[in-house]
Amino acid sequence: MAHDIIVLGSGPAGLAAAVAARGRNKSVQVIGNRWQDSPLAKAERVDNYLGMPGRTGTEMLEEFYRHAEALGVEFVVGRAISLMAWNGFMVTVGAEVCEGRALILAPGVQRQAKYPGEAEYLGRGVSYCATCDGMLYRNKPVAVVGRSHDAPQEANYLKSLGCRVTYVSAREPQGLDPDIPFVKAGRLTVRGEGTVTALEADGKEISCAGVFILRPAVAPTDLLPALETENGVIKVDRRMATNLEGVFAAGDCTGGPLQVSKAVGEGHIAALSACEYLDQQ
Amino acid sequence: MMVHFSKEGFDKALEQGGLMMVDFWADWCGPCKMLGPVIEDLAGQYEGKAIVGKVNVDEEQELAIRYGVMSIPTVIFFKDGKEIDRKVGVMPAGAFSQVLDQNQ
Repeated sequence: MAHDIIVLGSGPAGLAAAVAARGRNKSVQVIGNRWQDSPLAKAERVDNYLGMPGRTGTEMLEEFYRHAEALGVEFVVGRAISLMAWNGFMVTVGAEVCEGRALILAPGVQRQAKYPGEAEYLGRGVSYCATCDGMLYRNKPVAVVGRSHDAPQEANYLKSLGCRVTYVSAREPQGLDPDIPFVKAGRLTVRGEGTVTALEADGKEISCAGVFILRPAVAPTDLLPALETENGVIKVDRRMATNLEGVFAAGDCTGGPLQVSKAVGEGHIAALSACEYLDQQ
Repeated sequence: MMVHFSKEGFDKALEQGGLMMVDFWADWCGPCKMLGPVIEDLAGQYEGKAIVGKVNVDEEQELAIRYGVMSIPTVIFFKDGKEIDRKVGVMPAGAFSQVLDQNQ
């Protein structure tokens, strides 16, 4: 069933947008990671949010989340891996397809540039979706680049399909099947000849046919190649409208200051603009 | 009309040499499901001009291996029995119709 509004991102901007849209009686689906995984959760103390000084980031996020939940916002936990504008918007999260009539982008900022070779070999060995492509690598060696919290589970899933998995990340993973070899590395390059042949990790080559790169989120410009950006952030007007019809953006993805109050304010405006857009349809 | 290809059906269609667009997919793939209606729509639009079909990589693994499908959805275009283009991942309908139009 299609929702009125799909929100990508479950941080302050996305949750503020969801709350505002519920206030206008729109149905809202939020797609994002668990609120505990938001970068704000790492803030030990936030002192500049009006009227609520001294909270931890985790406390703020939990209250924001409960507020949205109590108002009937629906949540899908996971990563949006592809998006299509077709009779509204369709977004896929693993094997699930979510549909909405308007879209609010609030995914935060990507602090990670693409790895060398990643774009070149996308679809020729590089994949962002273990659920989609895992079966095609059955009995083959694959490397999982774990940058998201759920990456160890995805690696375990690939192993269960029969892939020969090596897990690569800068930090020790939690919840990884002990039979999966772990390589600690930060500097990565995808190597290949026509298709992927190896992942180079801190100078050492790991032979593999596939590289699954699992980040907390797929960049909005990868989901929507026609989305206009300026100086690396999504270009919006005062209504938080992007250059694409029915697509709005809020929070860190539109640029600084990277502050909760700015994200919440923008989320609110984006939602009202999305509601107005829907009412005019 | 959209064709759901078996290996035999696919090879037979390929032999005929006309313009063909084939979507490699599986039902455990969310992006494939999303692309489904687009492919179906194109099948209607290009009726009589191109054969538009789907291959389920779960059921027809041999075809997926033969064409080196490494990520789904993958849409492969054929003419005179040979691959002329392929698109990997979800794309707007225009990306597919452009290839079909250029190869009429």
